[in-house]
Amino acid sequence: MRPGFVEVALLVLKKDLAIEFKSREIVYTTLFFAVACVMIFSFAFVMEEGVPVEGAAAGILWIAVAFSGTLALGRTFERERYTVTLRALLLAPASRAAVYAGTLLGMILIMAATEVVLTPMVAFFFHAPLFTRPLLLVALLALGTVGFASVGTLFAAMLVRTRTRDVLLPILLYPVTIPVIIAGVRGTAALLQSPPEEPVATLWIGLLTAFDVVFLTLALWTFEPLMTE
Amino acid sequence: MKKLFVPLAVVVAVMFAAAPIAIAMADYESTMLLVQKIFYFHFATWMAMTLAIAVCGLASLVYLFTASKVADWCAVASAELVVIFGLFGLFSGSLWGRKAWGVWWQWDARVTMATMLVLVFLGYLMVRKYGGPGSEKLAAAMGIFGAATSPFVYKSVDWWRTIHPQTTVMKTLGDKWPGAWMLVIFCSVAFLLLTVLLLAARVRLEAMRSRLDELYLAAED
Repeated sequence: MRPGFVEVALLVLKKDLAIEFKSREIVYTTLFFAVACVMIFSFAFVMEEGVPVEGAAAGILWIAVAFSGTLALGRTFERERYTVTLRALLLAPASRAAVYAGTLLGMILIMAATEVVLTPMVAFFFHAPLFTRPLLLVALLALGTVGFASVGTLFAAMLVRTRTRDVLLPILLYPVTIPVIIAGVRGTAALLQSPPEEPVATLWIGLLTAFDVVFLTLALWTFEPLMTE
Repeated sequence: MKKLFVPLAVVVAVMFAAAPIAIAMADYESTMLLVQKIFYFHFATWMAMTLAIAVCGLASLVYLFTASKVADWCAVASAELVVIFGLFGLFSGSLWGRKAWGVWWQWDARVTMATMLVLVFLGYLMVRKYGGPGSEKLAAAMGIFGAATSPFVYKSVDWWRTIHPQTTVMKTLGDKWPGAWMLVIFCSVAFLLLTVLLLAARVRLEAMRSRLDELYLAAED
């Protein structure tokens, strides 16, 4: 009997999480990279008197999320390639869209774990009032992460076959996800205003939702033919 | 297409010969005077780019699900046209921006998003070149996602407070200034036909390359 969509997705997620809990490799390296990113930005955006450039926090937060996300994607699929797990999963008599969904969920959880540490850190270092509207900020981060990870997981999975995957992933991923990054940065910047511009943030949250729906539908639809050799 | 190619080429040549004369004779716009005349080709290139994006997205989808070679050739040909017309549009926009906004480059929503689209299709061409075997499929994914984000690029000026004219400007132009409106349509048609022409020539080139490869393989056996 073929297992159902949700069942397969959860099994793949369980597999990814079991590996990650054992080594904690991707979470730790991704987090460290994100912290290093923020530190480098602090040299560029903190002025003479130790005062950060106004509004820089939103951009720094999202660039750190995008960069560390790319690193996590590359690392996750390198591991899959090395142990030939991905091919085994594709050979299994299960819906490929479900395999994609499971991997995507794992990716989102890893990025979320990074963001949980990263966001307070950016708020702390750059004196940014990020938590005045916590629900809106969480919505922005969650939707942005889903949009970025949905395209990222699809592209990283299909690039596993190519020799030049390390350099091609960012080249392909960043232009396509620029709308998501723009929406995230603009939405977060609106929250950083005093008082926070709630209608602007809500507008970007709506846009992010639209991007997520388009990207997820396309990714689920094209994963099967893309992964067929 | 073979029979239509030469007549179409003649029509496009005549239209492109006539366009500068028509643009030179058109009335000056009341506030921007001579500079406004960039608009006729500026708008037309974006129309051509839009057509090329649509062709690339659709052809990529068809290729992904049917593995049709012709669809793949159409996709790569149109991706190149997107980059060419996109760069021309950004260049003409930059010239106009210098006069209208006082700067060569302005980070407004439409300009940023249009640059992003050009980057997406440059990425498409890069995957094809450096992706190794099977890169056609990877490129197809890029084409599909690039085409899917393009409607957001179009609507970005309405959502984002920005200095680029809104999309409603075009709708009201027909009533306010019929002469200019006709000329805009004329230039757009010329550019769209040019797109079809270049696309056909480029697809034929790919077909001949593929035939040549087959012949080489046959000769080696």
